[in-house]
Amino acid sequence: MTMAEDFAIASSEPLAAGRDRGFAVGAWRSIAILALIAAAVALPFTLSNYHVFELTQVMIYAIAVLGLNILTGYNGQISLGHGGFFAAGAYTAAILMHRYGVPYWATLPPAALVCFALGVLFGLPALRFEGPYLALVTLAMAVATPQLLKYFDTWTGGQQGINLIKVQAPAVLGIGRDRWLYLVVLVVLLVSMRVAANMLHGRTGRALVAIRDHPIAAAAMGIDVARYKTLAFGTSSLFTGVAGALSAIVIGFVAPESFTLFLSLSFLVGSAVGGIATISGAIVGGFFIEFVPNIANDISDAAPWAIYGLTMLLFMYVMPRGVVGSLAGLVQRLQPRRLAAGEDQKHK
Amino acid sequence: MAPILELRAVKAFYGHSEVVHGIDVAVEEGGMTVLLGANGAGKTTTLRAICGMVRSEGEIVFAGQRLHRRSTEAIAALGIAHVPEGRGTFTGLTVEENLRLGGFTRAGRPDAGIRRMFGYFPILGERRRQQAGALSGGEQQMLAIARALMMAPRLLVLDEPSFGLAPRIVEDIFAIVERIRREERVSVLLVEQNASLALELADQAYLLETGYVVMSGPAKTLADDPQIRRSYLGY
Amino acid sequence: MHELLQQIFSGLAAGAVYASLALALVMIYRATDLVNFAQGEMAMFSTYVAWMLVNAGLPFWAAFALTLAVSFLGGMTIERIVIRPVENAPVLAAVVVTIGLLLIFNALAGWLFTYTLQEFPSPFPDRTLFGALMTTRDLGVIGVTLAMLLLLFLFFRFTATGLAMRAAAQNPESARLCGIPVGRMLAIGWGLAAAIGAVAGIMVAPVLFLDPNMMGGVLLYAFTGALLGGITSPVGAVVGGLIVGVTENLVGAYLIASQLKLTVALALIVLVLVFRPNGLFGAAIVRRV
Repeated sequence: MTMAEDFAIASSEPLAAGRDRGFAVGAWRSIAILALIAAAVALPFTLSNYHVFELTQVMIYAIAVLGLNILTGYNGQISLGHGGFFAAGAYTAAILMHRYGVPYWATLPPAALVCFALGVLFGLPALRFEGPYLALVTLAMAVATPQLLKYFDTWTGGQQGINLIKVQAPAVLGIGRDRWLYLVVLVVLLVSMRVAANMLHGRTGRALVAIRDHPIAAAAMGIDVARYKTLAFGTSSLFTGVAGALSAIVIGFVAPESFTLFLSLSFLVGSAVGGIATISGAIVGGFFIEFVPNIANDISDAAPWAIYGLTMLLFMYVMPRGVVGSLAGLVQRLQPRRLAAGEDQKHK
Repeated sequence: MAPILELRAVKAFYGHSEVVHGIDVAVEEGGMTVLLGANGAGKTTTLRAICGMVRSEGEIVFAGQRLHRRSTEAIAALGIAHVPEGRGTFTGLTVEENLRLGGFTRAGRPDAGIRRMFGYFPILGERRRQQAGALSGGEQQMLAIARALMMAPRLLVLDEPSFGLAPRIVEDIFAIVERIRREERVSVLLVEQNASLALELADQAYLLETGYVVMSGPAKTLADDPQIRRSYLGY
Repeated sequence: MHELLQQIFSGLAAGAVYASLALALVMIYRATDLVNFAQGEMAMFSTYVAWMLVNAGLPFWAAFALTLAVSFLGGMTIERIVIRPVENAPVLAAVVVTIGLLLIFNALAGWLFTYTLQEFPSPFPDRTLFGALMTTRDLGVIGVTLAMLLLLFLFFRFTATGLAMRAAAQNPESARLCGIPVGRMLAIGWGLAAAIGAVAGIMVAPVLFLDPNMMGGVLLYAFTGALLGGITSPVGAVVGGLIVGVTENLVGAYLIASQLKLTVALALIVLVLVFRPNGLFGAAIVRRV
C-alpha cells in the first residue's frame, strides 16, 4: 500500500498562491485566522460544561490525528498503532501525577519526551518495513498495548487503571474546570499546529514528502532517509503522546480498556476523513471521531456502529482525499491554469 | 477501399492536459500506416485514445463502429489488438500462458492459434514453458506481437516495437510483421521513432509534432521529402 | 514428546483456518493492492448464514455448499458496490472503506443475531485418533482446507478464467488490451475470497462458538500469517497461516498464559519479519526508478 502521488501537498498550495499574489491576501488570511482563534477562545463561555468537555475532546483527538498525519500523510509510513503512543503519553502523565504528585501542566514535557523516544525506538526497526508489513507491525503494537498495560499492573494499576485527582482551574480566573482545561488544550493545539506548519512547510516537510513519494530519488539527492523517517516517527509519536497526556488530565482517569485497537483505527479514520496530508484536516478528524459515534447512536439504537461505518464509507466516496484534502484540490483546480510550454512537453 | 480505422478531429488528454489537438488519421484496410514524430509529439497518446485508455474527444470509427466511450476490453474484443509501449507482457506468466491470454476473446481452444504463432516465431516455441520475464527484449517483443495476433484482430496497433532493441532484431521483427500483414490480412497502425525502417514498409505516413499532424501522405512521398530527410532520417 | 506433537497438530488445525483466511487476504491484495480488513467479519457473517440454514433443517454439507454460493455472490456484490467507488481513489480511502465495512458487518450481525454465543455443529465426529495424538475434528478441518486449496490451485492453473484472473491481478492494463474484463475478474476474486472466508468461519465456529466477535482474533492471526508468508504469495499465505497456528499453540502451552499469548506470538513473528522484511516467500516490493 503506497501513498506516493496520491497526496501532493495540496494544503500548501493556497499558501504559496497567497504569497504570490502579494500582501493583501496574506493579510486577509492572518485576520481570518485570528478571528477564528478569538471565536475559539470565546466559544466555551457560551456553551454548557458538557459541550465544552466534548470540544476539548475534539481538540485532543485533533492533536493526536495531527501526529498521525505527519507520519502517514507527509512521510508515507502507515501506522495502525498510534493508540499505543497515545496510551504512553496518557500513562506517563497519570503516573507522574498519581505517584509523584507532579502538577498536571508539568507532565506535558516529560510525556512529550518519553513518547518522542518511544517513537524513535519504534522508528528504527520500522525502517525495514514497508506498506502492509509496517501496518502489521504497528497493528501488533496496538493490540499489545492494552495487554501490556494490564500486565505491568504495579505501575499502571492493571485492569482498574489509575484514578487522578481532578484538576482545578486557577481560582483567580473564576472559570470552571471544564472551561479552563478547554483553554489549556486550545493553547497546546494552536502551538502544535504552528510547530507542525513550520516543520512541514519548510525543508523538513519537503524532505519527508520526497521520501514518501520517491525514496530512491530522495536518497540520491542527499536526503538522509533513515534519519528523517526515524525523526518522523519520533515527532509523530510526540504529538500523539502529548494528546494522550492531555486526555489523562482532562478525563482524570486512565484504564487499559480506553486504549484498544479501536482507538488506533479511529485515529486513522479521523486522519483520512480530515485529509491525511494536511494540518487543518486534523481538526476535522477530531470532530469526526468525537461526534459521529454519538450521532450514530442517536440515529440507530440497535446498530450504531453500522451507522458509524456507513458514514465512513460515505465520506470516502464523496471526499476520498478527506475534507481538507478535497477542498484544497478544488481550490487548486479553480486557480488560473499556468499552463504554457513546460507542462505540455512532459507527455507524449 | 474504406479505411478500417478513422480518426476525425480527435483530441486526446493526458490527465487534464490536452496533448493531441484535433487530428485526422486513416488506416486503409489491409495496409500499414505509420505515425512518426519525436518524443512528446502525441503518438502514444493517440494510440491510447483509440483503445479507450485516455480521455478523448472527436470521432474514432473502427470498421464502421464508433469507439466513443467504450471500455478498453470492449474495444479489444471488437478486433483491435494493441501492443503497448514497453511490450506489456505478463512477466510472471509463461510464454504459453501469455499466448493463451491472447486467445481469451476467441471461442474454441487456443491450441491451433498457438501453433501458428510458433510458426511465425519459432524461438517462442522453444521457450514455451519459460517465464516471460526471463526472455530477452527482442523475444518479449515477439511474444507481445504473437499475443496480439492470437486475438485474430482486424487491426494491429504497434507502439514503438523497435524500442530498446538491437538493429538486427528490429529488422527481423519488422520482416515478420510485414509477413503477418500479408498472410493474416491484418491492417497495421504503427508508431515508430525509427523513421527510415517504418517508411520503407508503410503505405501511409503521418508526421506528428506537439499534438498536430504537420504532414501526411504516402510513405514514399514523406521518405523523399527533404525536410523529413533532414530532421528524421539523418541525411 | 507426545504432548508436543498434540500441540503441534492442534496448532496445525487452527493454522489451517488462519491459512484459509490468509489466502483470502492475499488473493484480494494481489488483485487490488488492498488489505481487506473486513474479511474476518464477512466470514463471520457467512457462518451465521450457515447456522441459520442448519437450524432451518438443512443437512450440514448442503448448508455448507449453499453458504459458499451465497458468500461468493455476496463477495462479488460487495466488490462491485462498496469497493468499486474507491478503487481508483488513494489507497487510504479504500482501507477506511474496509474498516467501515468491518464495523457494518459486526454491528449488523450483533443486531440480527444478538451477541449471545451460539453453538455451531461440526460435521466431524468427536473422537481421538492414534492414541489421543489428534482429534477427528482437527483432521477434518485440515482435510477440508487441503481440499479447498487443491480446487483453487486447479482453478487458477488450468482454467481460462483462472488464468485471466492471474493476468488481471498482475497487469490490469495489459489484461484489458487482451479483452479481459478486469472489473469482472476483480469481482470474481472478491467472491472467491468471501467463499474461502466462509469455509474458514465454518471450520472454526464449532471451536470458538459463534458470536459476532468470533473472527477478530482469527483475522489478526491470518493477517500475520499472510505477511509472514509474504503478502504476494498464496503458498506463503498457507505456510504462514500454519506456522502462526502452531506458534500460537506452542506459546500458549509452554511459554505464557492466555493473556499475553497474543502479544508474544505477534512479537515472535515480527522478529522473523525483521530478518525477512518481505516475508518468507514474498517478492520484494519492486520499485521502478
